[in-house]
Amino acid sequence: MVFPTPGGPLQALQDVTLRIRRGEFVSLIGPSGCGKSTLLRLIADVLHPEGGTIEVRNAPPSRARLAREFGFVFQQPGLLVWRDALANVSLPLEVGGWGRRHTPPHRPEELLELVGLRGFERAYPRQLSGGMQQRVAIARALVTGPPILLMDEPFGALDEITRDHLNQELLRIWRATGTTILFVTHSIPEAVFLSGRVLVFSPRPGRIVDEIVVDLPYPRQQSIKDTPEFLRHTAAVRRALAGRG
Amino acid sequence: MASTSPAETLRSLPAATAAGSQLVRRFLLPPAALLGVVILWQAVITIFSVPPYIIPTPASVARTLVVQRGMLWINAVPTILESLGGFLLGNVVAIAVAVSFVHNKTLERTFYPLAVAIRTVPIVAISPILVLLLGNGYAPKIAIAALITFFPTLVNMVQGLQSADAQALELMHVMSASKSETFRYVRWPSSLPYLFAALRVASTSSVLGAIVAEWIGSNKGLGYLIVLTTFDFRTALLYAAMVVASAIALAFFLLISIMEWAVVRWER
Repeated sequence: MVFPTPGGPLQALQDVTLRIRRGEFVSLIGPSGCGKSTLLRLIADVLHPEGGTIEVRNAPPSRARLAREFGFVFQQPGLLVWRDALANVSLPLEVGGWGRRHTPPHRPEELLELVGLRGFERAYPRQLSGGMQQRVAIARALVTGPPILLMDEPFGALDEITRDHLNQELLRIWRATGTTILFVTHSIPEAVFLSGRVLVFSPRPGRIVDEIVVDLPYPRQQSIKDTPEFLRHTAAVRRALAGRG
Repeated sequence: MASTSPAETLRSLPAATAAGSQLVRRFLLPPAALLGVVILWQAVITIFSVPPYIIPTPASVARTLVVQRGMLWINAVPTILESLGGFLLGNVVAIAVAVSFVHNKTLERTFYPLAVAIRTVPIVAISPILVLLLGNGYAPKIAIAALITFFPTLVNMVQGLQSADAQALELMHVMSASKSETFRYVRWPSSLPYLFAALRVASTSSVLGAIVAEWIGSNKGLGYLIVLTTFDFRTALLYAAMVVASAIALAFFLLISIMEWAVVRWER
């Protein structure tokens, strides 16, 4: 993946090969600017690769995008400030008339409840805390029941207590919906806690330097972070990040 | 997360009285300031013995407002129509141009500097040219009022349409939204606070534009009345005309503010 920039072309990714199975929870971890977010956007068909191929469910990413098979959660909530929480969650149903042509798997009210925001349906984004806004964004990403959820450091801007709490919630949602999740993060404990597999990226141009399979059983509780098995996995990720995989 | 902490409950008690004093500040202080200006005005006349043909007394202006109300009204109507027409025309065109700029970068790069250049020509210089072009009727006045409102709205609207949240725009892309959907769902609502900020400015400047336009080649309107009474030293009527002109501008401003309050609900 090569980007034209004012300082000449910039290679963001190089020789990245990965395969993600249906229903998997995979984290991408690496230093800032290693191209993790770029990879997510290539998969979502927001960016287009210079070379190589990407297939989403045996077809080009554009097919999956047009079929609305992606849910996307960004680092910032990106909510529409003039819409209340419920109307923000309903947005994907309105775009392209999706809600008229399909039966949504969950009602927007149910999704707000799923992310723990019952009673906040009529609240505007500015009345919600950062963590609550991010939950609305997650509910919005889930409203069409997408088979693939792409998350770009969704909890990166939150404090650790909120982050731990939302991690737990996300695992619950993942198990409840069975969606495939591709999760970009900077946090080693977060990656290990959430994922079945952690892919470790090198600095630019980003390459996958290691793959760590986290064989800890689900459901996982916060207390798992204090176990030797958990620490063994975080140590493995840390070693891989340091280039001593 | 929803529960109110005891500290918050305690704070809400003095908050009630604070809201009361805020009401006083909001609705009593402006009239008090106006009264102060009127008193100062009278004081200047008394202390310096200013003759009434230079500065009329507040009382004589008030009397003129009542006695000459027919004459003032007859001249206020064309000014109201011209500023309203100019306001609508200028803003509709500005919004349309801003929308086309946002969807076409080449168009923006070509014509935005031209719009700025037009802005730098003084309105009093354009006004005789437009009278020559468009005659003595409503047309040149509406054109000038439109011209004066066009630029602030264009600038704000371009900025407002570009202020849309980057991640919201990216999300629209992921959802395969059409250009018109992205506009309707994201760009247009994002621009509304910017638009109303411009409309508030335009609401008063459109009246100014209409009055300046009436200075030349006109036989009715508040601008005409202002020029006429200045030359005749009918200063009480001149001041009365000015009071009516600002009352019109203020009414427009309030109207826009009420509309803003009703439309941009999420900012309050």
